[in-house]
Amino acid sequence: MSGIVLLAPYPDLILALPEISLLVLGLVLVAVDIVSRKARIILPWITLAGVSLTALFLADSAGGTAFGGMFISDAYSSFVKIVVLAGVAFTTLISDRYLDTEDMRHGEYYGLMVFSALGMFIMASAADLIVLYLGLELMAFSVYCLVALLKQDPRSSEAAVKYFLMGAFSSAILLYGISLLYGMTGTTDLLAIADAMSAYGLTHNPAALAAVGCILIAFSFKVAAVPFHFWTPDAYEGAPTPITAFMSVGPKVAGFAVLGRVFFTSFYDVEAQWAPLIGVIAFLTMGIGNIVALSQTSIKRMLAYSAIAHAGYALLGVVAGTDEGLSASLNYLLLYTFMNMGAFGILILLCGPGERRETLDDYRGLAKNHPMAAALMLLFMFSLTGIPPTAGFIGKFYLFVSALKEGHTFLVISACIFSAISAFFYLRVVRLMYMEEPDKSFPLSLSPALSVALLIAAVGVIGLGIAPGPVLDMAGSAIMGFMR
Amino acid sequence: MDIPILSILIFLPVVGALALLPVDRERPGIIKWTALSVATIELFASIPLWFHFDKTTASMQFVEKASWIPAWNIEYHLGIDGISILFILLSALVTILCILVSWNAIEKKRKEFFISLLLIEGAMIGVFCSLDLFLFYIFWEAMLIPMFLIIGVWGGPKRIYAAVKFFLYTLVGSLLMLVGIIILYQTGGHTFDILALSMQEFPFRLQMLLFWAFFAAFAVKVPMWPVHTWLPDAHTEAPAAGSVILAAILIKMGAYGFLRFSLPICPDASVAMMVPMIVLSIIAIVYGGIICLGQTDLKRLIAYSSVSHMGFVTLGIFSLNTQGMEGGILQMINHGIVTGALFLAVGMVYERTHTRRIEDYGGLASHMPIFAAFFMVFTLAAVGLPGTNGFVGEFLILLGSFVARSWAGVIAATGVIIGAAYMLWLYQRIFFNPANSKIIGLPDLDDREIVTLLPMLILILVVGIFPTLLLDYLHVSVAHLLAHVTGNTAGTGSNVGYLAEIAGGMKQILPHIHH
Repeated sequence: MSGIVLLAPYPDLILALPEISLLVLGLVLVAVDIVSRKARIILPWITLAGVSLTALFLADSAGGTAFGGMFISDAYSSFVKIVVLAGVAFTTLISDRYLDTEDMRHGEYYGLMVFSALGMFIMASAADLIVLYLGLELMAFSVYCLVALLKQDPRSSEAAVKYFLMGAFSSAILLYGISLLYGMTGTTDLLAIADAMSAYGLTHNPAALAAVGCILIAFSFKVAAVPFHFWTPDAYEGAPTPITAFMSVGPKVAGFAVLGRVFFTSFYDVEAQWAPLIGVIAFLTMGIGNIVALSQTSIKRMLAYSAIAHAGYALLGVVAGTDEGLSASLNYLLLYTFMNMGAFGILILLCGPGERRETLDDYRGLAKNHPMAAALMLLFMFSLTGIPPTAGFIGKFYLFVSALKEGHTFLVISACIFSAISAFFYLRVVRLMYMEEPDKSFPLSLSPALSVALLIAAVGVIGLGIAPGPVLDMAGSAIMGFMR
Repeated sequence: MDIPILSILIFLPVVGALALLPVDRERPGIIKWTALSVATIELFASIPLWFHFDKTTASMQFVEKASWIPAWNIEYHLGIDGISILFILLSALVTILCILVSWNAIEKKRKEFFISLLLIEGAMIGVFCSLDLFLFYIFWEAMLIPMFLIIGVWGGPKRIYAAVKFFLYTLVGSLLMLVGIIILYQTGGHTFDILALSMQEFPFRLQMLLFWAFFAAFAVKVPMWPVHTWLPDAHTEAPAAGSVILAAILIKMGAYGFLRFSLPICPDASVAMMVPMIVLSIIAIVYGGIICLGQTDLKRLIAYSSVSHMGFVTLGIFSLNTQGMEGGILQMINHGIVTGALFLAVGMVYERTHTRRIEDYGGLASHMPIFAAFFMVFTLAAVGLPGTNGFVGEFLILLGSFVARSWAGVIAATGVIIGAAYMLWLYQRIFFNPANSKIIGLPDLDDREIVTLLPMLILILVVGIFPTLLLDYLHVSVAHLLAHVTGNTAGTGSNVGYLAEIAGGMKQILPHIHH
């Protein structure tokens, strides 16, 4: 590729080509909006083109370390980046009509999204805690702004402030953990930390374990795990719906990426200490997420709690503490992207000018007026429940296999019970759509981009449910050569 | 076999359902006729199974095998033996009858209804063909979605409650089974192949764990006492076709699961758990029967009679001898035919009166004589009158349970008496007694309805008189299974014959009586 030829003298930059391409894309998006207001209409297409180009660079990247070992590009980071790109592409597609009805088609919308994706890219490729922190902050600040973009809606601002305060809090805890660790090991390099942990006999050192705990808490904030989830429902509910969809996928997968990278390289020697802790967090996350979702009347809020619950399932793979487990977690997040984006796509489909239609009651009798939309929602709801032959089942199955292999029978059985509980609120949507009569009728705000997104999501949910082989292989090979 | 006949049987209905998707929903005729033709082609496609099946071997036939998800060593592995073949044929037949009975009864969302029905058919046949645990689980769960819709969308007044209850009960059971399946996969050498897993010997503790994990799913589906409470609601509220599918096929899958998984994979645990299972079965028989006596709702009565009859089935299976097991399997088919027929018949009369309360009926025999004649045969078959299929199955089960544990046979026999009481009393209240004003002037069955009921009537009589027709398929497979579970073939002879079997059973019983 021409870019590679141009950058040939700078091997470090070649490795970072996907990041560079995202950076350029973000700047172009903001610039286009400044130069011409009329050009706003092509912003989504620029975004999609840029994302595709980034994906090409990603597919082309050789792998290796750069910038003095602070930046690493491997199969693991590539897998995470693919999920992030899928999240950006989906969000761009599903937000098309929504932005017009809410009058927020700005360059910043797309630009911020791309910048936050850049932050996630850097997190995925961070081989050093400082780089990790930079990526995390880039992602977080962009998302804070995105949440606040509904300027007329006080809920949006409130959500952003809450999210910002909580996020700042967790960043502080992360920095505290990093500084403790630096004080004891004298390094912020992930591999060097692992060496120092064993060389200095820090595996039972209370201060070192406190540092591990701080970092775990900070990451738990990012993946919205209980008991660090309190910001989630408000932030998810207040944010513009496409951004809610984006938040439930992008920052989450980036959070899991760093959780996996740091805990499976730097802290692998103290796995016996953190694994039970994450086990408790996973149990609480599944439990609280599913049980509280039962009592929601807003579907957006219900999906927020469901997002918490799904993070809990995904944590099962981390608890397993094996490469198989980590690949199960990554795989789950990829599959979750399809079903969750699909569900949010339907949410946006129902949004009209001045009417958000975010309560469960709005879904009453949907099957009668809009059978196709109802059928798709049915598919996504059953996939989120984890009923075969949908992708949701495959994802859960892989997680259960990896966790049971390491003897976490109790956790898996609880996950089963919580899945059954979750069936109750997912089914409620199906029940309302199919088994009740509509009390009002409204047109859908369908746009070509949204239909494409829904089609891709539906094909993904069924296709990956029936033929998950290729994705499983990809998730499996993402972990190869990653563990020490 | 070069033609992948089992795959065709599984996916033909699915393709049919997809073909219905683009059809205009304002053209119900096209929808109904398409569904009917797909189901009919399916039945014809299943006929070769009947003729090409080799009754002299216990190994799987019509086998298809292909790699599916290599990462987990999952295979697309299909095959049938003498036990599963009967259920495939029954599923194909019952689906046609369900389409016929829904012809006019389903008035809203017809397209979705027939799509659901065809999807269920595909999944049902898939369950009976699967020889890979993962594949089996996919089909097993895939049935839930359309069945949930059928009950919840087209059911009676309390349909939503019934649908959710059905779904949650089944899901909890299935998920626990899933844990068992994964544990089996981990300890059994990373394979989901049912045949390979049956060959292995697992430690007793693990067998017990697996037995109970599978029990969670299968007992809910059967349903065994005390996890039967979803069934009366689901049966009662479902539309006629839904009740028929539930009664004829769906609940048989639980018992089929015991035969295909619990017994072969956990033989020692099955032997150890024989008495508890027998006790649960007997409770179901007697309890279900007594509850029937107190019912005021027509469909609910038949639903509880299913609990009682399925108690007979599990009693037969866990008697762990030839008579009991063959009787149990035969009774599964019989119950499918008889209860399916009863629900079809009830659906027809409900379409006319829109009431299920028994007291709203009375004197129907003089107003709908053809219907009364059909119902009479179905009632007698449910009671187990000699000459009908119900007799053969129940008799063999009682024989088997008597040999296994004589007290079990004695108590189960009282269930037969209770059964006669509630069914005949039901018949009296509906068809005799002074005519209720509400039923005067009801039209008798039309041609479509007679065609719907006739196959069941014929099957009842044919199986009642020539049970060997079905039993011949079972002998070798059952003997093979028993040899595996108990180490004793208990009547290995490939063709003992029906009469010889009874004679053998009598000989085994007589010493007990002399004591």
